[in-house]
Amino acid sequence: MSFRIISALVLRYLFLYTRTPMRLVELVFWPLVDLVVWGNVTVFIQKNSDAQFGGFILFFLGAMILWDILFRAQQGVAISFLEDVWTRNLLNVFVAPVRTAEYLSATFAVGFLRILVTVVVMSLVSWIGYSFNIFQLQWWLLPFFLNLMVFGWALGMISTALILRWGQAAESLAWAVPFFIQPVVCVFYRVEDMPAWAQPIAWCFPATPIFEGMREVMVTGVMSWNHLWLAGGLNVIYLALAGWLFAWVLNLTRKRGLLTKFATQ
Amino acid sequence: MAAADTREVILEARELTREFDGVKALDRFSFKLHRGEVLGLLGANGAGKTTAMNCLLGLTLPTSGELEAFGKPLHAHRIEILRRANFSSAYTALPGNLLVWQNLLVFARIYGVPNPKQKIAELLDLLEIPHLDKRVTGQLSAGESTRVNLVKAFLNDPELLMLDEPTASLDPDIADKVRKVVRKVQRERSIGILYTSHNMRDIEEVCDRVIFLHKGKIVCEGTPAQIMARSSSNSLEDVFIKIARDGEIVDEPEKEKAS
Ligand SMILES: Nc1ncnc2c1ncn2[C@@H]1O[C@H](COP(=O)(O)OP(=O)(O)OP(=O)(O)O)[C@@H](O)[C@H]1O
Ligand SMILES: [Mg+2]
Repeated sequence: MSFRIISALVLRYLFLYTRTPMRLVELVFWPLVDLVVWGNVTVFIQKNSDAQFGGFILFFLGAMILWDILFRAQQGVAISFLEDVWTRNLLNVFVAPVRTAEYLSATFAVGFLRILVTVVVMSLVSWIGYSFNIFQLQWWLLPFFLNLMVFGWALGMISTALILRWGQAAESLAWAVPFFIQPVVCVFYRVEDMPAWAQPIAWCFPATPIFEGMREVMVTGVMSWNHLWLAGGLNVIYLALAGWLFAWVLNLTRKRGLLTKFATQ
Repeated sequence: MAAADTREVILEARELTREFDGVKALDRFSFKLHRGEVLGLLGANGAGKTTAMNCLLGLTLPTSGELEAFGKPLHAHRIEILRRANFSSAYTALPGNLLVWQNLLVFARIYGVPNPKQKIAELLDLLEIPHLDKRVTGQLSAGESTRVNLVKAFLNDPELLMLDEPTASLDPDIADKVRKVVRKVQRERSIGILYTSHNMRDIEEVCDRVIFLHKGKIVCEGTPAQIMARSSSNSLEDVFIKIARDGEIVDEPEKEKAS
């Protein structure tokens, strides 16, 4: 792994974002729309129901911001790859001495930068608009952030592998993959609120114990270490599997001679 | 046959075969490229030139056969080999939304070029396009972007260079300039180049040796002069047409014998 190569690839994405500020707008616009819609809905519910619903707004806004960590990390990986496809640059990168791990690391870094932008803006707006302070999660925020980001990276690699395998026709998957799993990772509700048969499925994803943990911390101030260990352990497995899948598909496209067709189409 | 070339072999294919859905795009293709030699790969559309180059770049895996660069098996030493090689084609582009200097700086960093800014300026001068450095890459004309691609290809002072139709879409004047620059840099640095083109002027001027491919097989090989002599043609263009239509060059003396 060469830091020089990774930073060169990241530099390319930074140039891209400074050249086309519209891309920054996208990073901020949708999360804000979501935030405002859900913020207002929960305010409405809160006003029209008894006191026990008081915690709702915290759950919702907290979940939304944390969800965006996962989503932006996934997007960072998948969109960075698509940028290379869209600009017919993929071949230049693949004939350069860039290792797969270096290429992926650069997309991870882009994912991290995208999260920072979105999360900072969302946190500010939810604080100013709805007096929701994300820092009430205190130090727990750090493992939440890390675990969701890593899971986002894994999902990003899976999306990228799908695009590599099925070509640009599969591009919409780049956007859709996180939403396939959103219902089962209990972003906005508790695992126990799900049908009994679906609960074991929910526990197969590292995001589930994190969202559970977030609610625990909001109510009790601490979260169970078991949840944290589960999230970390699952993440290691997901990251390894997704990396392996990506490498396998990349090799398959080389075998089938699709890499070049794909990169110049 | 030409006298045996004693220069170091920097690229070698042995019995390289590549099938697509049962059809052989390359059929037991073998060749050697020496240091400082320009080898032209010729053949009709679909003859297998790009496939050969893609295999040699590790972009496509061969169905069978062996590939070596700088004396090492390609697939086990891909990264190491790619550091000493480069590629440019009329069919790839640098990211269109970046400025020319931004793109070149990114690739200079990837290749670990010392003094990247100075190197880029030198190469832009060499290709007579210093005025393009602050332009948006995607807005360049085809000829301009070809030359920018060539700057990218020269960034790491490659010892091995693959050029897939580098002069496609260039006007005769610029094509002539590009040929001269490629030749000049190639001689100065003793680069081995694998060169494909449909422009016979290119081949005659730039290539030391030529391989004609037809349906993935080598049909003839030699210096442009040897090949023309062997087929009693006045130009490579004639040879090309004969091969494209008949699949071989029938030696004139043999033809006479037969009739
Ligand atoms: N990924 C692929 N899948 C299926 N067939 C392929 C693929 N790539 C190349 N081919 C086939 O292999 C053959 C050789 O193609 P190639 O691109 O190497 O030709 P070429 O000599 O470069 O032609 P041109 O002068 O048109 O560039 C063609 O018949 C082509 O259709
Ligand atoms: Mg071709």
